[in-house]
Amino acid sequence: MIEVELRVNGTAHRVELDPRVSLLDALREQLGLTGTKKGCNQGACGACTVLVDGDRIAACLALAVQYGGREITTIEGVAHPLQRAFVRTDGLQCGYCTPGQICSALGMLAEADAGMPSAVTEHLAEPRVTLSSAEVRERMSGNLCRCGAYNGITDAIREVAGARPGVSS
Amino acid sequence: MRPFEYVSAPDVATAVRAISDAPGAKLLGGGTNLVDLMRQDVERPTTVVDISGVPLTGVDELPDGGLRIGALVRNSRLAAHPVVRARFPVLAQALLSGASGQLRNMATVGGNLLQRTRCLYFVDASAACNKREPGSGCDAVGGFHRGGAVLGASEHCIATHPSDMAVALAALDAVVEVESVRGTRRVPLVELHRLPGDTPHRETELEPDELITAVEVPASTAAATSRYRKVRDRASFAFALVSVAAAIDVQDGAVAAVRIALGGVAAKPWRAYEAERVLTGARATEAVFREAAEAELAGAVGLPGNEFKIELARRTIVATLRQLRVEGGAA
Amino acid sequence: MTQAPERVSPPVEPPVVDSGPVVGRPVDRVDGTAKTSGQARYSAEFPYPDITHAALVHADVARGRITTIDSADAEAVDGVLAVITHRNAPKMAEAPKVSLLDLSTMAAGTRVNYLNTDEVHWNGQPVAVVVAETLDAAHAAARLVRVQYEALPAVTDFAAAQGDTKPAKGGMMGAGEAKKGDAEAALATAPVSVDATYTTPPQNHNAIEPHATTAFWDGDELTVHDATQSIDWVRKHLAIRFKVPAAGIRVVATYVGGGFGGKGSVWAGTLLAVLAARVTKRPVRMALTREAVFRTVGGRAPTVQRVALGAGHDGLLTALVHTGVSAVGRTGGNAEPVGSQSQHLYAARSVLIQHRTTELDMLPNTFMRAPGEAVGSFALESAVDELAVELAIDPVELRTRNEPERSPTDGKRFSRQNLARVYADGAERFGWAARDPKPRSMRDGRRLLGWGVATAFHMPIQLPADVSVRLSADGTVLVRSSFHEIGVGAATAQAQITADALGVPLDAVTVEHGDSDQPPAPMAGGSGQTASLAAAVLQACDRIKREALALAGKAPGSPLHGLRPADLRATGGGLFRADVPAGAEHAGETYADILARAGRDHLEARTGSDNRFRSAVGQARFMAGFLNDRRKWVRAAIGAHFCEVAVDEDTGEVRVTRWVGVFDVGRVVNAKTAASQLRGGVVMGIGAALGEETLLDPRTGRIMNPGLGEYHLPVHADVPRIDVSYLDEPDPTAPLGILGIGEVSIVGVAAAVANAVHHATGVRVRDLPVTLDRLL
Ligand SMILES: Cc1cc2nc3c(=O)[nH]c(=O)nc-3n(C[C@H](O)[C@H](O)[C@H](O)COP(=O)(O)OP(=O)(O)OC[C@H]3O[C@@H](n4cnc5c(N)ncnc54)[C@H](O)[C@@H]3O)c2cc1C
Ligand code: SF4
Ligand code: FES
Ligand code: FES
Repeated sequence: MIEVELRVNGTAHRVELDPRVSLLDALREQLGLTGTKKGCNQGACGACTVLVDGDRIAACLALAVQYGGREITTIEGVAHPLQRAFVRTDGLQCGYCTPGQICSALGMLAEADAGMPSAVTEHLAEPRVTLSSAEVRERMSGNLCRCGAYNGITDAIREVAGARPGVSS
Repeated sequence: MRPFEYVSAPDVATAVRAISDAPGAKLLGGGTNLVDLMRQDVERPTTVVDISGVPLTGVDELPDGGLRIGALVRNSRLAAHPVVRARFPVLAQALLSGASGQLRNMATVGGNLLQRTRCLYFVDASAACNKREPGSGCDAVGGFHRGGAVLGASEHCIATHPSDMAVALAALDAVVEVESVRGTRRVPLVELHRLPGDTPHRETELEPDELITAVEVPASTAAATSRYRKVRDRASFAFALVSVAAAIDVQDGAVAAVRIALGGVAAKPWRAYEAERVLTGARATEAVFREAAEAELAGAVGLPGNEFKIELARRTIVATLRQLRVEGGAA
Repeated sequence: MTQAPERVSPPVEPPVVDSGPVVGRPVDRVDGTAKTSGQARYSAEFPYPDITHAALVHADVARGRITTIDSADAEAVDGVLAVITHRNAPKMAEAPKVSLLDLSTMAAGTRVNYLNTDEVHWNGQPVAVVVAETLDAAHAAARLVRVQYEALPAVTDFAAAQGDTKPAKGGMMGAGEAKKGDAEAALATAPVSVDATYTTPPQNHNAIEPHATTAFWDGDELTVHDATQSIDWVRKHLAIRFKVPAAGIRVVATYVGGGFGGKGSVWAGTLLAVLAARVTKRPVRMALTREAVFRTVGGRAPTVQRVALGAGHDGLLTALVHTGVSAVGRTGGNAEPVGSQSQHLYAARSVLIQHRTTELDMLPNTFMRAPGEAVGSFALESAVDELAVELAIDPVELRTRNEPERSPTDGKRFSRQNLARVYADGAERFGWAARDPKPRSMRDGRRLLGWGVATAFHMPIQLPADVSVRLSADGTVLVRSSFHEIGVGAATAQAQITADALGVPLDAVTVEHGDSDQPPAPMAGGSGQTASLAAAVLQACDRIKREALALAGKAPGSPLHGLRPADLRATGGGLFRADVPAGAEHAGETYADILARAGRDHLEARTGSDNRFRSAVGQARFMAGFLNDRRKWVRAAIGAHFCEVAVDEDTGEVRVTRWVGVFDVGRVVNAKTAASQLRGGVVMGIGAALGEETLLDPRTGRIMNPGLGEYHLPVHADVPRIDVSYLDEPDPTAPLGILGIGEVSIVGVAAAVANAVHHATGVRVRDLPVTLDRLL
């Protein structure tokens, strides 16, 4: 067992961890933060997406012991206009992929703000990103939605992205 | 997942010592491949040496215009690096076409190079697999092998190497720097991975106690006009069926320099030397592109489920070169 | 005060009620905030202080007997509480015999009595359960259970088993036959004909929430949080299997992370979680891994279909043959009724519909979104397109010309008939008129463009539902029913219906669902939940209004004194005279006033049944009514899909770039959630068209891609803007005019894509999925 300080949504938790425990299971089972979901446990669906120091990652393939001392944000710690936008555009149905979609989108917006390109970025060297529908869809492709709420999700993200200064959609 | 001892290494020296001290130890980078395989009982390290905090995170320009990339640089950061985007677009594109945004934020350069095959039988402990269990046979040959190799495979194993980044690095003549308790050595990327032969379980030229510290990419005139074309079953978030990394320098309609590597077709990123030979000095025409692609795939062997990749690879080579010719012309 | 519940089966043909101010509007989901904030709890997320974790061990032979089980290493793992195998498992009763009088007898996904037998019936069948203090210990130990088998000969190759088929039994998915005239003879003499074989692969639902069960016994009382679409079935089935009274079992499924039919039956995970909780006397959580879902929960069966069409040069069909063979398991499963839509859709002078099955030693199939039609339409609608090409008639025109007056096989009337209209609307929205019918005639750079169409068709079911509605003196309303919120916006829709029925604002209505302590609701399946519940909700609200009126009527001072229900309308939080403008003085009164005067703090009405006998009688009566009704009408939701694909000329990669779907689904309760659900069906159809395939190794019967990395669901980048619209006209034969929208929109999608691919490339792909190797 290893003692780790997990800093989640601004609160520090000292936990004893078997090093096998994934960050996802530590959140869900140890800390009772079940907002982060487990859809595949293999990195393939994005339901477990959380933010670590602002970067989105798949918590199911992260060992919790690797993330001691880092600032972890889960859906429970998110209070952002994007959540209302999801409801307005109906970017959800069963809701199971939704926390992952929202955390992923927040990480993605920060990446776009930092000028990071994607696989569909036409001019790679261009330092600014325009979040077209194609850009949003490519960047969000790590988050599966079996209910097929993709149109609404893209709309919600572009609505929020477009409302911020400095970002065009 | 089986229990293991966890060691967090703050620096290269500690990591190298830890891994040489414990036979059966494995290095942990982003964990996106190792953790997955440990959960499936395919990897069973007794000790896990966590190097995710080792500060090999620089991307530095070399005096000759090349790049030195730390082994712990995250795939997403490398793809976004201004020099990579401007001078080595093939590398940025390869990285960006791999996995997902979340995984690219976790995956490291070293881990990406050493990720293991996605062969369906390799990850299923109930199947016969020479790579996982030497001598047990290969269920993929008579089974599902859509992802299987058409170049350099053997009857013992037809697995492919899944990395996109490695294909770009192969085309760019990258060199891998490795360190162990015995010191530092350099391995050309095209020699890092092995073809299966009758020892498919030996996948690379590295010893189990060696740590990748950096990848160096030399300066190249062709790299500025380079591109990665990945062909896959869905529009995003899928491994390559076939991919092509190509860089070309066309002067007065003739090919002055060209580098091509293929992904999804072999147990290693496949440098297309034959195609390069045909192209070098020739006119940059569609017919020559096709001739080069034919030459490269001349020795390809397919099975019922992956034969299509031979023609697909030819076409993708031609399409990529054609596009580069247009882009190069425009530039 | 609780009123004695009255047993009433919902009327089969209730009166159509005008939609009020809320029904039909694009209201936000009532649970949107819970779901976007991480507060909505799913079945694996209920905290129990001394929770334990269970993991399955799966067989790796297709058929055989267990000879030895060595669990010593597993038991030695720190934290392991029990390794349960057929050697030490408590007895479970067998699954009950299926009876039409009690639909819950169909609950079992398979007939296997897990861990009560040494027999193995498919590769992946659970043969042991490990229970441990932690998740990691349970899964690590499960890997260490060593099981040996005497392998027996097994049939696991669907393609090779085509020689050994038999006629389909009707079964739960209703694979009927139909025959009219001599279709084969008509085909042989038809001036123009097509006759082709189409195949579709096994597919899996892959709801993003894997099946999970949390089970806790307290004596003979059991609480189960289960990811299910059929709470009532789970409860009744568990009562039978564990020989305890159903009344002592509580099943909770407030939120379910998607179902699509995969959570409609009771599968191994649920039973074994409950069994493990019995053994360990601790709460047990069995959260299946994605692999375990693939190995223990059935999917859509593979099919081989023949569609042959004969027509005159005018395009009118003279013969329609649609036959299919699908796989079933030896321990359960149902024929895929692939010809279901072909019985009704086109006016053919002669028709032959037949379903056959072949039995494999594999996990039984189950219903998956639009069983039958989803894959049957691929064959039928591809064949219609092939015929259009042969005839050189526009495929929209060909379908329109063949729209039948009455159902061609049985002469039944259609409750609605709008095929030509949805096609006309769709063609307009899509710009179909600009299409050059020649293949390879349209392009965008190096990408070939193709436009395709196909028809959607689905017959929603209706089941009996119980609800209670309670109107409180403060004007708030509580609706309770143990229905399922699997993503369709069920609570939102029922809140809207209730609000209009009682004339109260939407936010005065609270809907509680997903708990067997509430009145029983039918399974969420067959696109029937919304309409089934609507019938019951309307009836309960009606009774409340009558009671309110009766109370008011007794009071001489009430403006409602002496009025009859027909004189009134429910609005403004009360009952008001229908013949005076809203807001007029003394036109009526609020429920609050009525209740206050009468000294009542609430009114409550409950529809349905309160005991087993009444429930059985009610169900039987309902089924009789329903079947009788089906004898009279073909009641179907329909639609027209229009799509554009772009095919890379070099690599054969197919991407869907544009979609227009126009549907007739009767009345739409919520414009927002309905559109989402219709889009969702299209998205799943795009998956089936381009990528989805469960890879069953024919040598071993083992699923080789039991993960989301290798089973390709569509991702964001695969899905373009999907333009959906609907006629929004009430169906005169359905409660509130509602048909059902859950399934219709997946039907025809794969064919529309394949037809577009043909238009783009000239290549006709008759085997799903349409992967690029088929186009090189
Ligand atoms: C769902 C999914 C989809 C994916 N899709 C793609 C794709 O399309 N294209 C693609 O290219 N990849 C894809 N990947 C793979 C992903 O890119 C790799 O898993 C990742 O790059 C591995 O990096 P890591 O740092 O996480 O490696 P780890 O998992 O940490 O390690 C992988 C291996 O490398 C060894 N290792 C790590 N670092 C070093 C080092 N410095 N020196 C020596 N040995 C080391 C480890 O011991 C281990 O054996 C996908 C992965 C998943 C889960
Ligand atoms: S192809 Fe290689 S990795 Fe796959 S089963 Fe055969 S030996 Fe194993
Ligand atoms: S649960 Fe982590 S990606 Fe699916
Ligand atoms: S909302 Fe159900 S999976 Fe996305």
